[in-house]
Amino acid sequence: MTLKRTAPLVLLTAAALSISACAESQRDDSGTGGNGSSDVKDTITFGAAGAPELFDPLYATDGETFRVTRQIHSGLLGIKPGTADVEPELAESWEPSEDGLSWTFKLRQGVTFSDGEPFNAEAVCYNLDRMYNQEGAGQTAAEYWTYFFGSFSDDPEGSLYKSCEAQDESTAVINVTRTTSSFPTILTLDSFSIQSPKALEEGDANNVQAEGEGFTYPEYSKNPVGIGPYKLESYDEANKTVTLVANESYYGEQPKTAKLVFKIIPDESTRRQELQAGSIDGYDLPNPVDWQGLEDAGNKVEVRPAFNILYMGLNPERNPKLQDLKVRQAIAHALNREQMVQSQLPEGATVASQFMPEAVSGYDESLEPYPYDPEKAKSLLKEAGAEGMTLKFAFPTEVSRPYMPDPQKIHAAFVKDLEAAGFTVEQVSKPWNGGYLDDVSANGAYDAWLLGWTGDYNAADNFLGTFFSNLKSNDFHTSVMPWGKTLAEDLKKADAVVDEDERATTYQDINRRIAEEYLPGIPISHSPPALVTSGKVDGLVASPLTAEEFDTVTVGK
Amino acid sequence: MARFIIRRLLQMVGVVFILSLLLFLWLRSLPGGTVSAILGERATPETREALTRALGLDEPIWVQYFKFLQRAAEGNFGASTRVLPGADALDIFLTRLPATIELSFFALALAVAIAIPLGYISAKRANSPVDSGLVILSLVGVAVPVFFLAFFLQYQFAVEHNWLPVSGRQDSLGCTRVTNFFVLDGLLTRELDCTASALKHLVLPSLALATIPFAVIYRITRASVLEVLSEDYVRTAEAKGLTARVVRGRHVMRNALLPVVTTIGLQTGGLLAGAVLTEKVFNWGGIGNALADAFQYRDYSVLQVLILAAAMIYVVINLLVDISYAVIDPRVRTR
Repeated sequence: MTLKRTAPLVLLTAAALSISACAESQRDDSGTGGNGSSDVKDTITFGAAGAPELFDPLYATDGETFRVTRQIHSGLLGIKPGTADVEPELAESWEPSEDGLSWTFKLRQGVTFSDGEPFNAEAVCYNLDRMYNQEGAGQTAAEYWTYFFGSFSDDPEGSLYKSCEAQDESTAVINVTRTTSSFPTILTLDSFSIQSPKALEEGDANNVQAEGEGFTYPEYSKNPVGIGPYKLESYDEANKTVTLVANESYYGEQPKTAKLVFKIIPDESTRRQELQAGSIDGYDLPNPVDWQGLEDAGNKVEVRPAFNILYMGLNPERNPKLQDLKVRQAIAHALNREQMVQSQLPEGATVASQFMPEAVSGYDESLEPYPYDPEKAKSLLKEAGAEGMTLKFAFPTEVSRPYMPDPQKIHAAFVKDLEAAGFTVEQVSKPWNGGYLDDVSANGAYDAWLLGWTGDYNAADNFLGTFFSNLKSNDFHTSVMPWGKTLAEDLKKADAVVDEDERATTYQDINRRIAEEYLPGIPISHSPPALVTSGKVDGLVASPLTAEEFDTVTVGK
Repeated sequence: MARFIIRRLLQMVGVVFILSLLLFLWLRSLPGGTVSAILGERATPETREALTRALGLDEPIWVQYFKFLQRAAEGNFGASTRVLPGADALDIFLTRLPATIELSFFALALAVAIAIPLGYISAKRANSPVDSGLVILSLVGVAVPVFFLAFFLQYQFAVEHNWLPVSGRQDSLGCTRVTNFFVLDGLLTRELDCTASALKHLVLPSLALATIPFAVIYRITRASVLEVLSEDYVRTAEAKGLTARVVRGRHVMRNALLPVVTTIGLQTGGLLAGAVLTEKVFNWGGIGNALADAFQYRDYSVLQVLILAAAMIYVVINLLVDISYAVIDPRVRTR
């Protein structure tokens, strides 16, 4: 061995040492000792299917982001664990004025943000005004506000929100421009969480800019300050992990496990293997075909109550034959939904009789799904003079949704059913992000297609309103039908009914008419999504809204 | 020589320029797009229109392309919409690149370290059972798809036996990031547990990725050593009574390794392609994974940067190869 040969090694070592002089470890080693109790771990590691977009929920749009922000932020209203029902969170109670246009919220007292700032009525109003006063790119980025509140302060007519007054330290009054069943329920949504006014101000939180084909977000969106059992410690983008730690200033009980790590693993089978290897404690949306195997291996599969709908949409504008109710009924009778649900969907899935799940107020229990009857379908088709009619029927690829684990198989089953009943089916597919959604909603390119919806909160309007309220443009093209306008108007009226019981009856009536007289599409099924944890995990309550809280969770050693 | 390099560099600018135009047109001609990917089921005509306008996607494509060039000239490639929303696309490339390089480097090192000695042994005992066995092994290495091997290794060593981690680059130890080469970072900051964890995570993916370069390097080494062994100077060296070690080191390997070194250079490009699959299976936070995510969600800014950068790396490697040829063979320069 000569010097010549070892020289590169020596040089490399020297270089490494010289760089290391300026590379300091920034690691905080505190907290690894834990609380001394030895039968539970001090960290929960959860396998997330995607990376969080950012940590300011106002600009967030997807479930993986909300899963994280939910642990570090709170809203005025919360969701009762395991249900879709509203419960107090930062507001202890609330009540509407006589006309339903002014809501008084009594706030929880003695609460502070994780930066030590006090939570009070002023903070509440600051937050709502901040959302309402978004400008420029911020308006586009605040997608949930647009969706649920309509518009911003530069277009007050179109906005549901009007103003907010801090009457005293613990009383905030929110004024709205019209009555709707959605308010105040929408305040349970993570996007409308209350964040620290001081931190929002200092982090220049509203500074969203369009940059190239995307947006840039301010510093604040990486350093959120809210009220929650956890607070953000780090988002290690290079290693794809998000680490949350207990927020000592949280008003409620401290989380049972001090550290919560989200490991981002987009591939479902990799998540399953990580769970089997014990390197994560749980993950979301296990493939239904794996449920049994996962349970046999000693894991817990927590099935959430179904809060979604899968439907077959129909476009009577593209294919005028579909304007005939008999043809639409023929489709409903042709589909063997019972068998599809049994063979394609997880245990607990049910055939849908209407466009919303049972848990939503306004569901009509007396409605039955159209029974599978190919003979009847044939004769209806004959009566309508549409035998052998062509149906361009599409499904999405490269996607799996909670209400539709395997679109291709569901589609294939229905194609067979339709052909058996005398339809000629033209089969089409496109990638979910590769044109399918555009073709369904913007281009109206299919006669029939598979799509669905997962509810955001417990209100019939969040389902029926989403589908049929916008007469000018909706996927079902109800504007070409004689009843389209009536349906849209009745839905708006029902949404504005203040009395809850009266509202429920109104929606029941609408559901009945949709099923029997209109049938704008075929409701297919409600499918319960699940999440899975190792056998050592306790205290995780599955939520129909996929709004699980982690502060009650423990992981045995 | 300088003129040759300058001419090639100018050509490279042209290549990247044309590629950027084609890429830009191609991405925007794909069905679907950023707007649908962001809005999902929630899209309404109004939000769709607002988002299209906000992202500047409503402008004529030539205007968009011109603006893109203008920004690119300032080193601004736009913000990511999905891979890491709000982040600069170039930053994403730069944070992800070390992951891919780290993986490729270890895979190649592994392949070289195993393939060369085995190639030598094979050639020395040509046509023996050992040789036949090794040849078959190398054939398997070429034939087995990388992703299958990746799944197999993952299942056997991580899931079934729990000896090595299933996926990812490191346990969440709260390691300090300096260069984003995790092995190196741990050494630099003296967080040795971080380096250890990174190395553990490297074993399976680099093993999977190493198979193809291993097989190729092994076969070339074997063939090349066989050829050299029959040369007169080797026989002379042996005849004059030099020790086996000296013959091996100074006479056989030194001559036999020239084509091997060329092969290793050529394998680097293919390695990057194999890395995409391996990264997917092992959830490795590198370029390949970012590319797949960006494509799925139509993250235009990130796609543009990643593809252009990959092309640039490829062109540069080609240029280096050409330069080395020019150095060796003066005739190339005059053309």
